[in-house]
Amino acid sequence: MIAHLRAPGWYRAAFYIALALGLSWLLLWSANGFSASDVSGIGWVQVSLISAPLFFLGGLGAFDYWIYWASGRPTRPEDHSAHGATSWKDYLRINTDHKVIGIQYVVTSFFFMFIGGLMAMLMRAELAAPGRQFVDPSAYNGLFSVHASILIFLFIIPVFAGLANYVIPLMIGAPDMAFPRLNAVSFWLLPAAGTIMMLSFFAPGGSFASGWTAYAPLSTTAPDGQVFFTIGVQFAGASSIATALNFLVTIITMRAPGMSFFRMPLLVWANFSTSLLVVIATPFVAASQFFVLLDRALGFNFFDAAQGGDVLMYQHVFWFYSHPAVYIMMLPGFGIISEVLAVKSRKPVFGYRMMAFSLLAIVILGFTVWAHHMFVSGMQSWIRVPMMVTTAIIAVPTGIKIFSWLATMWRGVLKLDTPMLFALGFLTMFVLGGISGVMLSMLPFVIHVSDTYFIVAHIHYVLFGGSLFTIYAGVYYWFPKMTGRMYNEKLGKLHFWTTFFFFNVTFAPMHLIGVQGMPRRVADYSEQFANWNMAISIASFFLGLSTLIFLYNMVASWRGGKRATGNPWNALTLEWQVSSPPPVFNFDRIPTVVGGPYEYGVPGAVHGVFEGVETTAEERQPAGAVASTAKE
Amino acid sequence: MAEETMSEEVADGQSGNRPRRGRVHVFPLMVIGLVATAIGIALGLLIDWFPVQAATQAEDVDTVYHVLIITSVPFFVLVTTIVLYCVWQFRERPGEEGLDGPNVHGSTGLEIVWTAIPAILLIALCSYAYVTLRDIEEAPAAGEPELIVEVTGQQFAWTFAYPEAEGGAVKSAELILPKDVSVKFNIKALDVIHDFWVPEFRMKIDAVPGITTSFRVTPSKLGSWSVVCAELCGVGHALMRQKVTVVSQERFDAWLARKQAGGKAAAGGGAAGEADGGDKAAIGKTLFAEGNGEATACGACHALSDAGTSGAAGPNLDDVLQGWTPAQLTEAIVDPNKAIAEGFTEGIMPANYGETLTKPELAALVTYLEETAAK
Repeated sequence: MIAHLRAPGWYRAAFYIALALGLSWLLLWSANGFSASDVSGIGWVQVSLISAPLFFLGGLGAFDYWIYWASGRPTRPEDHSAHGATSWKDYLRINTDHKVIGIQYVVTSFFFMFIGGLMAMLMRAELAAPGRQFVDPSAYNGLFSVHASILIFLFIIPVFAGLANYVIPLMIGAPDMAFPRLNAVSFWLLPAAGTIMMLSFFAPGGSFASGWTAYAPLSTTAPDGQVFFTIGVQFAGASSIATALNFLVTIITMRAPGMSFFRMPLLVWANFSTSLLVVIATPFVAASQFFVLLDRALGFNFFDAAQGGDVLMYQHVFWFYSHPAVYIMMLPGFGIISEVLAVKSRKPVFGYRMMAFSLLAIVILGFTVWAHHMFVSGMQSWIRVPMMVTTAIIAVPTGIKIFSWLATMWRGVLKLDTPMLFALGFLTMFVLGGISGVMLSMLPFVIHVSDTYFIVAHIHYVLFGGSLFTIYAGVYYWFPKMTGRMYNEKLGKLHFWTTFFFFNVTFAPMHLIGVQGMPRRVADYSEQFANWNMAISIASFFLGLSTLIFLYNMVASWRGGKRATGNPWNALTLEWQVSSPPPVFNFDRIPTVVGGPYEYGVPGAVHGVFEGVETTAEERQPAGAVASTAKE
Repeated sequence: MAEETMSEEVADGQSGNRPRRGRVHVFPLMVIGLVATAIGIALGLLIDWFPVQAATQAEDVDTVYHVLIITSVPFFVLVTTIVLYCVWQFRERPGEEGLDGPNVHGSTGLEIVWTAIPAILLIALCSYAYVTLRDIEEAPAAGEPELIVEVTGQQFAWTFAYPEAEGGAVKSAELILPKDVSVKFNIKALDVIHDFWVPEFRMKIDAVPGITTSFRVTPSKLGSWSVVCAELCGVGHALMRQKVTVVSQERFDAWLARKQAGGKAAAGGGAAGEADGGDKAAIGKTLFAEGNGEATACGACHALSDAGTSGAAGPNLDDVLQGWTPAQLTEAIVDPNKAIAEGFTEGIMPANYGETLTKPELAALVTYLEETAAK
């Protein structure tokens, strides 16, 4: 037993969590002048919510190497025993292999997608008719708040990080990420953040219910469930920042010989741009939530107008992150679409350089539009006009991408399998989301529709028809590489068509009821919207069911799908030039990149060459030798 | 199986280019695109998107939306048509496995075109939107009358005041506006952020604690519309719906005068202490319909025909008031969460009436409710 508690792993993690709870209590007890009766329950919960996840990571062993090194004790030799996975248990421990971490990310975030989706189903059940049916208003407010927070912070952002984690080192010809241990920490922060957010349902007064935006002073005066959001976001944000730094350093320093910036696949460019956004913007959401936490826990009055606080400041700080966050949730998807469209159209990406530059343009413009979320907030009215112009102009680089994708398909040889269908579905749906986005920049119109279902429709066309379609495209596209198995093509197509159809029936009518005057975030609504809401609810249940096809396909194919070859799509990028799944250190020979990533249509063209003959498994040992080759 | 064949071909370097398919159907494509655009625009304009236009601002706003539809539909049709055409003409046919498209990398000319055209169009739209914004937010010309209405948002009700009414300020739980006069709403919030919105007027703005926000409308249609809170403000957010009634100038003046007469009869909460039965009830009625500045008017949420209120967030007092003792009434006002009526939710009614009403005011209110129930 003692051995279990000393060795890194789940037993020690559980023990450390108990330790964190105890230490938090002791801290408060001593701070309160050693009086047990003065230790408030919520105070203890707040300190525990901060300490427990860190102790949990420590218990799992995320910090062992660093602590050994810092304290001068002998560190574990570089035997790479923490690398790779031979059984499912290797996915449940601290693992430093970027491919294992990528799969950990993707599976965990899809778990949260199903949780968030279930909450949406409950909301639609309540909304099927006006009045009160299944949940009371406070529970309903909790449902949409947790739905949005989980799907944004624990699904879309991390699932892209997961796919990129798996693919990017392979794509740039690197043996792993630049900081494998930091990578493991980034991942394990996520289940902690998600658990915190879901635990909020057990808080007295219910879960946090002030929306994922958590506007002050509603959030500073809300019941205690609010702190589960305030603190949960900190861990999700810290995970994002660490991963983004990891990507930036990896992409800048670990590209294979010959892989110049303009030979990088566009997915790498997309994640490079996204990481810039994350590193610059995410500290702002952390700040906004720290303000709320300080207001709540220590009475700082940042947002109490009666005490000289400034209510609008919260929104400025919050949206300075949360608008770029929209691009954090979209740019990696752009990268996926560029990969899928080029390979499935058998043509180079049209206007490669403009595709890369438009990503950077979006990064820069993305920081100049945040106040368009505040057009009716009562801020200084002159700010609205420049923000309207920048918001509209951001459609220009986005338009460049869409037209370039269309030109990529032109005269190609289109293979209409599941990833391609999702890519084409993305193209049409994202254009709709983009069009309603341009409409939402136009001030006279947005004054009427802000905070209505028109907004709900717009964000779902962007995040579901946009981001989620690209995620599906990416998951199907790299499924053979990640699992070594082929998915079931028939089920994949069925999944696409059901999702595409019911997605539109669910969200398109929301534009209409929004313009007609139905506000968002209400459990109860006026009779005039009853018919549309019933139709939307029914469609949404089918949309929910369509994800089960995906789940079944993934699980069944992973267990018993046809074995995948190394390069089933006949693609040129480097990740497809190794076996499926790839060897532990990705490349037995570090490739030399000799040309662009999409030279389809040139007979015999390659992106990278591998010198020498393939080594056998015996020759590959010790694995560390490969890592040292990369350093040279 | 096909996939494996393909990868072997790559290994052998045997993949090739597909021979160029026949001519691109430029003319039929353009015809299809134009027809689809026409249908799309017609649909977009025929759909009855908006609620009634009840203010002069509404017409301008609706026009902006229609212009946006006309300019956006062609882009959607363009993208969809090209996607579908590519799928139809360029899809991989049996026997074409392993073939590639042409190695085309780009076209500077095309890229300039599809950067410049959207940019010019967007700048034009922004300019048009800016001009419209100036129009709908324009103050009336000097000398033209303007009605000032103070709007106060509180969890979960709106109350209104007419501070510049001739013959003395008027407070009300209901919003009554004259037709064809520019109205400026000065909006405040007592607790959290709310948003004052009348969909039929098309204008809204947040009510923000600590600052006063404002917007103008000129009601142009007689009738009754809903006031909606559009910013999440807590558990009762969905119920924060009231009415605005637009009446003729004469009826508006008469209503103001009636309000002022009623208000004088119950002048000041301080008088409540000495007032006897009838006066007490009159003071209670005023409190019910108007509040006292600190305490939100009961009528903002409760319908009571005697007081002329029609709020619907709380129980309808015409139906439920019979048979309550003064002690029960007092408790229901001061500690509303103790007993909740069937179908309503805890935490909606402010729990601070014990503090915001003085003792005599509370007594007057209870007397009024008791007497009204007995009528």
